[in-house]
Amino acid sequence: VTAADPGPEVRPAAVAAREIALVDLLDRLLAGGVVVTGDITLSIADVDLVRISLNAVITSVEAAVPAAAGGRRR
Amino acid sequence: MSCYLYAVAPAAARAAADGPRGVGGAAVTTVRERDLVAVVSEVPDEEFSEEALRQRLEDLERLEEVARTHHGVVDALAAHGPVLPLRLATVYHDPARVREVLQERYEEFAGVLASIGDRVEWGVKIYARDTAPTGPPPAPSPAGARSGRAYLEQRLRLRREREDGRRSALELCRRADAELSAAADRVAHHRPQDPRLSGEDGENVLNAAYLVRRDRAERFTALVRGLAARERGVRVELTGPWAPYSFTAGQTV
Repeated sequence: VTAADPGPEVRPAAVAAREIALVDLLDRLLAGGVVVTGDITLSIADVDLVRISLNAVITSVEAAVPAAAGGRRR
Repeated sequence: MSCYLYAVAPAAARAAADGPRGVGGAAVTTVRERDLVAVVSEVPDEEFSEEALRQRLEDLERLEEVARTHHGVVDALAAHGPVLPLRLATVYHDPARVREVLQERYEEFAGVLASIGDRVEWGVKIYARDTAPTGPPPAPSPAGARSGRAYLEQRLRLRREREDGRRSALELCRRADAELSAAADRVAHHRPQDPRLSGEDGENVLNAAYLVRRDRAERFTALVRGLAARERGVRVELTGPWAPYSFTAGQTV
């Protein structure tokens, strides 16, 4: 992480070139894409799906990464 | 076996579907209707019942597995040409049902495909630089009221600096968004990402997607790099090219 360096920085993340961040993927796969009513997803409201999944992600991240060991500054 | 639907694409994409495996390692195949194909793979009924699916999507590891697999299939198609990615976890009872849906909705699918044309999506995120001190603030010395006040003044100054930084990041982000939108055909704004999810430093002030013609990709990415080089107060992150996920979101077919 080069956050301490105030110089210009851009990450030209060619999608194939590095692992895509899950959060970027979920922005698109849970809120984007053509919605077709499937046979199975029928009763799961889209909004609920997003909420459920993101709650799951946040909860898991918090469980897996105790605040002190987060690797984040501050 | 149930049928998991990844994308709808021109029939020419059929060969390209011969790429990565689908969910659960199943082979990816296509269901054809006129000049369109639905790109699908078989999934076990019991793992993709409504209840099983709900549980799967609530479990981070399994959610990630499905999401990455779904994206892998879509991305391989997008590398070859236009593709309409489907929302995650669209499942039918069997391929015959997929064919039915493709027949019923043919005009809609073809219309959305035509509106996207030969364009892909680029993601641009802007983060305000985290100007907070990296260490704990200096502890007040026991020397008395004078240093106590100096301590408070310093705390206030730091807070003001941080707020100024945030304000200028937001302004910059409006300008950047206008500049990038002008170079793109469409723009979509995602919610700023929660740092608990992204693990990134600094507040995410812009999380946008731009729909850009493939032959203008270089110009667009150069613009983003120029922005990153010019604007010192923020960090700019570029992702893509993506299949046009963010521009098919409103399409209920």
